[in-house]
Amino acid sequence: MLLIILRRLGQSFLVLFLVAFVSFMIFRYVGNPVDNLLGQEATNDRRDALIEALGLNDPLHVQYLSFVGRALQFDFGISYRTAQPVADMIIQRLPATLELALVSAIFAMFVGVVAGVYTAINRRGFIANSILSSSLIGVSLPTFLIGVLLIWVFSVELKWLPSFGRGDVVDLGFWTTGFLTVSGLKSLILPGITLGLYQMTLIMRLTRAEMLEVLRQDYIKFARARGLQDRTVYFGHALKNTLVPVITIAGLQLGSIVAFAIITETVFQWPGVGLMFINAVYFVDIPVMSAYLLLVGTLFVLINLIVDLLYLVIDPRLRDGQLKRTGG
Amino acid sequence: MRRFLNSDFFYAFTRSPLAIVSLLVVVLMVLSAILANFIAPTNPFDAASLNLMNGFTAPMEPNMFTGETFLLGTDDQGRDLFSAILFGLRVSLFVGVMAVGLAMVLGVLLGLIAGYLGGWLDTLIMRLADIQMTFPSILIAMLIFGVARGLLPPELREEMAITVLILSIGLSEWVTFARTVRGSTMVEKEKEYVSAARLIGLNPWQIMLRHILPNVLGPVLVIATITLALAIIAEATLSFLGVGAPRTEPSLGTLIRVGQDFLFSGEWWILLFPALTLLALALSVNLFGDWLRDTLNPRLR
Amino acid sequence: MTDTLLELKGLEVTFTTRRGTLKAVDDLSLTVKRGEILGIVGESGAGKSMTGAAIIGLIDPPGRVSNGEIWFEQQRVDKNPESMRGRQVSMVFQDPLTSLNPLRTVGDQLVETILAHMDVTKAEALQRARDGLTEVGIDPDRINAYPHAFSGGMRQRVVIALALATEPQLVIADEPTTALDVSVQAQVLDLLKKLCRERGTSVILITHDMGVIAQTSDRIAVMYAGRLAEIGETREVLTNPQHPYTQGLMASTPSVDAKSFGQELFQIPGAMPKLDALPSGCAFNPRCSQAHARCQADRPPILADRAACWLMENAS
Repeated sequence: MLLIILRRLGQSFLVLFLVAFVSFMIFRYVGNPVDNLLGQEATNDRRDALIEALGLNDPLHVQYLSFVGRALQFDFGISYRTAQPVADMIIQRLPATLELALVSAIFAMFVGVVAGVYTAINRRGFIANSILSSSLIGVSLPTFLIGVLLIWVFSVELKWLPSFGRGDVVDLGFWTTGFLTVSGLKSLILPGITLGLYQMTLIMRLTRAEMLEVLRQDYIKFARARGLQDRTVYFGHALKNTLVPVITIAGLQLGSIVAFAIITETVFQWPGVGLMFINAVYFVDIPVMSAYLLLVGTLFVLINLIVDLLYLVIDPRLRDGQLKRTGG
Repeated sequence: MRRFLNSDFFYAFTRSPLAIVSLLVVVLMVLSAILANFIAPTNPFDAASLNLMNGFTAPMEPNMFTGETFLLGTDDQGRDLFSAILFGLRVSLFVGVMAVGLAMVLGVLLGLIAGYLGGWLDTLIMRLADIQMTFPSILIAMLIFGVARGLLPPELREEMAITVLILSIGLSEWVTFARTVRGSTMVEKEKEYVSAARLIGLNPWQIMLRHILPNVLGPVLVIATITLALAIIAEATLSFLGVGAPRTEPSLGTLIRVGQDFLFSGEWWILLFPALTLLALALSVNLFGDWLRDTLNPRLR
Repeated sequence: MTDTLLELKGLEVTFTTRRGTLKAVDDLSLTVKRGEILGIVGESGAGKSMTGAAIIGLIDPPGRVSNGEIWFEQQRVDKNPESMRGRQVSMVFQDPLTSLNPLRTVGDQLVETILAHMDVTKAEALQRARDGLTEVGIDPDRINAYPHAFSGGMRQRVVIALALATEPQLVIADEPTTALDVSVQAQVLDLLKKLCRERGTSVILITHDMGVIAQTSDRIAVMYAGRLAEIGETREVLTNPQHPYTQGLMASTPSVDAKSFGQELFQIPGAMPKLDALPSGCAFNPRCSQAHARCQADRPPILADRAACWLMENAS
């Protein structure tokens, strides 16, 4: 078992290395750093000086190592567009993205599980069928379109909720939060739903499928044969067994939330790292792109690693038990 | 042809209203896109033909300055929305189909190689696939787009936008094709006709392409349809975000982005019609793909 | 208080499928006396499990009890079987591995069953659970163990404990030992028999294994194609079978006495018909060596309180 863990860790390191390498290659070779920092009319002397200062003539592996070294110290270079240190930009904007991600994850989990359980138990009802049909449309609706349509209905027509920005935020020093003001909370609603909707449909379908599978099991039949009430059967037996795989798979989806945040942040002009990234792509702001890639890539690798390890922990608990006892 | 019409597949098709309707919609859209030049009442991209005074006209209402009527209204620069949507549909479909084509060719080839030749090639390709699968495809598409853009000199960026778009989406979707084809190839590899071909002395490429390939193409069709829906949505997303089709050659996504800006001032049609078109397209492709997958699934027969 | 605990009158269970309406149980009538063990035997698909499920009310759509009556303790219960389920009638299934919820402790599942049906405190329920485990031969301290910690035989004992925890009057055991090792089968059957005798609990033992029936049941009912073929005292039916099907079954059971060695094993020719292709008249007639014209024309009812066969008419 230890061997499996070590192998898995090794794999993760490999991918991390690759991510850092790609990030470095982009940083160094896409576009011309010297031109971007000094402009095209700079004199050759100033250029040479800068090249020396940035170490651009050093051998590749030296440059790579210094890149990684600086990254570990949170130095990602200077943005071509804003001339700000990239690290500062990230720290400034991270709380916005994280709060949004949290809200949408809670929304997706909660609504998804409830809807999934409901449609599994009431297989033929009208409400159940309409929920299922709308989930099919949900898969065909791109996230950005959901956001735009929500804005149209709730901001333009009904004027209930704001259509862009975070509202008033409270500065806690290292963190700015939108949770402590009414306008902040209101601003979180539409983007939160938009971001979470795709995940929610996935979780709902997953929960429903798992629950239907569980309800087919013999121990459910036996529980009913023992005369237990429906409520006890569903919530005391079926639910627990359903949630275990759902939660693990949902965890994996958490990574996608960060990726899709780019889209939601653009629709709502939400000042998070996603919007920062898309602006970087548009304006070809290489250091920001490279830094975002490095961070998000690392995040993904970590999430995948944790979920894989979690699976290893949950499953063999049952298998180990069965292996130890053989006597009657 | 007659064999096809008599087959179980065609029979199942005629029995399913969902399949018929969704395929009809897709075909209708494809035809409109191809014949856009002929169907569209105006050419929305010929700057000379545009009259700014026509801007912001509501659907089916005569413009108060020029008196012209437009079926679906006009945008801020006086472009006929109906024509714009037709051409936008063409761009969306073009990018989608080309991207899937790229992903399919690349994925099938890599899958064949990995499955048939095995060894370190197999490990390498599968490793790459695993790594790419760790990240959502849209992120990879954005990354490739960003890098390609960075590598191009500024003058070429807008011109090459469509090509870069196709490249980025196509490169982000090859994995599913590769994995499935690899699996099927590994199964076919053990069959007798392959050994026979080897005995005759055919080289690996001939075996892979002429003998194995036709036998592994089945599931590829289903994957292609589902991937097409994904590609269309991905393209729309990228264009909406501003990192896809530019305004001079807009796709449905670009049109939606424009439409969002005018929501608050009340010109709702600039958003609604492109959005509905996109939704209809994606939904139909998805429904047809789902139906195809369920029908061709050998386990359910 | 009469002797009869359960009575089935003309029980019919049908399934509506694309291929038409199938009768899984067709006009079945029998009684179960207080404290007796009735074995229902037959091939797979003969309708034995359906009968058990019908009594306890666990037939799921597209199947349903379409006709007949079920009487329990002189009360008609086929319209609302849930009233007795788990309390007066309980059921034991075939696979102990999947009968228990793997994520909850054994004690948990016992206590929950007891609390659902009996008016006791949680502490009392816990004590009863422990006593229940002791009775089936399991150390009561293992009450907080999970099902996967037990072997197959022990798990089935837990299942029996669960079935008896509410002190039912009838236990329906559907193939309770089929999934167990042969060596463990006998132990579990003995346990079931012993506990039921002690409490005067009736048992309906459903199985396809003649050996199990022979050693455990007082009376035996033979089912074929959803219909009752023969019913009577076990000893009587096994040594002197009246219905040609039962005769065939007995003849095809391998025995180990000296004169049978070296003889070819007898097989009833043909196979039990599928429910959508039942022959007219007696369901067994195409395979019956003693069939005559009437057998194809009319379906025989149970005659002489013993077998559904026209041959019985001459005998009586």
